[in-house]
Amino acid sequence: MNKHNREALLGPLLANNPIGVQVLGICSALAVTTRIDKALVMTAGVLVVTLLANVAVSLVRNHTPGSIRIIVQLSIIASLVIVFDQILKATLYELSLELSVFVGLIITNCIVMGRAEGYAMQNPPLASALDGIGNGLGYGLVLVLTGFIRELLGAGKVFGFVVLPLAKDGGWYVPNGMMLLAPSALFIIAGLIWLLKTVKPELQDKE
Amino acid sequence: MEHYLNIVIRSIFLENMALAFFLGMCSFLACSKKVETAFGLGVAVVFVQALTVPLNNLILNHLLKEGALGWLSPALAKVDLTFLAFILFIGTIAAAVQVVEMAVEKFAPALYNTLGVFLPLIAVNCVILGGSLFMQERDYAFGESVVFGIGSGLGFAIAIVAMAAVREKLAYSNVPAGLRGLGITFVTAGLISVAFMVFSGIQL
Repeated sequence: MNKHNREALLGPLLANNPIGVQVLGICSALAVTTRIDKALVMTAGVLVVTLLANVAVSLVRNHTPGSIRIIVQLSIIASLVIVFDQILKATLYELSLELSVFVGLIITNCIVMGRAEGYAMQNPPLASALDGIGNGLGYGLVLVLTGFIRELLGAGKVFGFVVLPLAKDGGWYVPNGMMLLAPSALFIIAGLIWLLKTVKPELQDKE
Repeated sequence: MEHYLNIVIRSIFLENMALAFFLGMCSFLACSKKVETAFGLGVAVVFVQALTVPLNNLILNHLLKEGALGWLSPALAKVDLTFLAFILFIGTIAAAVQVVEMAVEKFAPALYNTLGVFLPLIAVNCVILGGSLFMQERDYAFGESVVFGIGSGLGFAIAIVAMAAVREKLAYSNVPAGLRGLGITFVTAGLISVAFMVFSGIQL
């Protein structure tokens, strides 16, 4: 594996993380992280769609006129998301109900569009595939971490298993209700970004 | 009437697109540095949302739902095309945005200069697609979808203008190095979101 491809795969994990650094795909990152299993399914969806969309866009990149490239990318992505949505409904029906509109919203997830437009349009299929995997994993890393914190502190559970016995069930842990509500995701991701930028000061904003 | 008013209030305050569902976060964070731009984007979102949600509602109810094609021929009475909803919705949105852009450019050049850059961007804004998907999930009738479109657009506009106003003041404060830029914006959005939670429980 040459340097260019390795960079495409590993770069987005931390140094070029889609959520923390590129500011892509925030909407879904915040909304589906109340539980780890939801975060994992969402990660799988974004990973698969980004990977396949990148490959497909990269394959047709030399035959796509610039003026219609957005609509070409959108139809490729929308078709992939429909397939993922149908598979999810067929296999994990209850989870698909809880994710509700957010599976469909993978279509407008900026990570998928952003990588197709910003990377796959200029690079060969293999590198684009690796870039898709890398960005999907970088997105998943933030999602699963946030989901872990929110589920643990909000419900005392990890993957649905009780870790901190709740006070109302005879245990000792009084859950933090805010962790299950919308604002906590914003605070946790802000904290993760703070951590990332403290570890890697070169990412800090200059003002 | 009361029912419609209730949908508007819910979609603006209780189920605010940006602050409760985190839809349109990318533009919410990127375009909220100045109140003026935020206002332009907000108006454009209300405009497009009020147009596309009812449009997609018509498409859903008269083309895609099971039995909706029955008027063509009896053989099609059992056809259920709802799985095509995603691709048709995004197509409608892209087309509507294009038409709106051309119409605004022709008939209201002043408005076009304010909205110009944002209109094409809106086609891939999750608020717009999210609005149509919520409309599908909640099974709104046509009238309901009109008020929901307007309400959810307004909710986003209010949120992004509030956010921009806070960020303008924030420019003068001393933020820890690692939190500067994106980090503090997230914290601000979180606090506004907490503030919006006081509305929960309102029922008309």
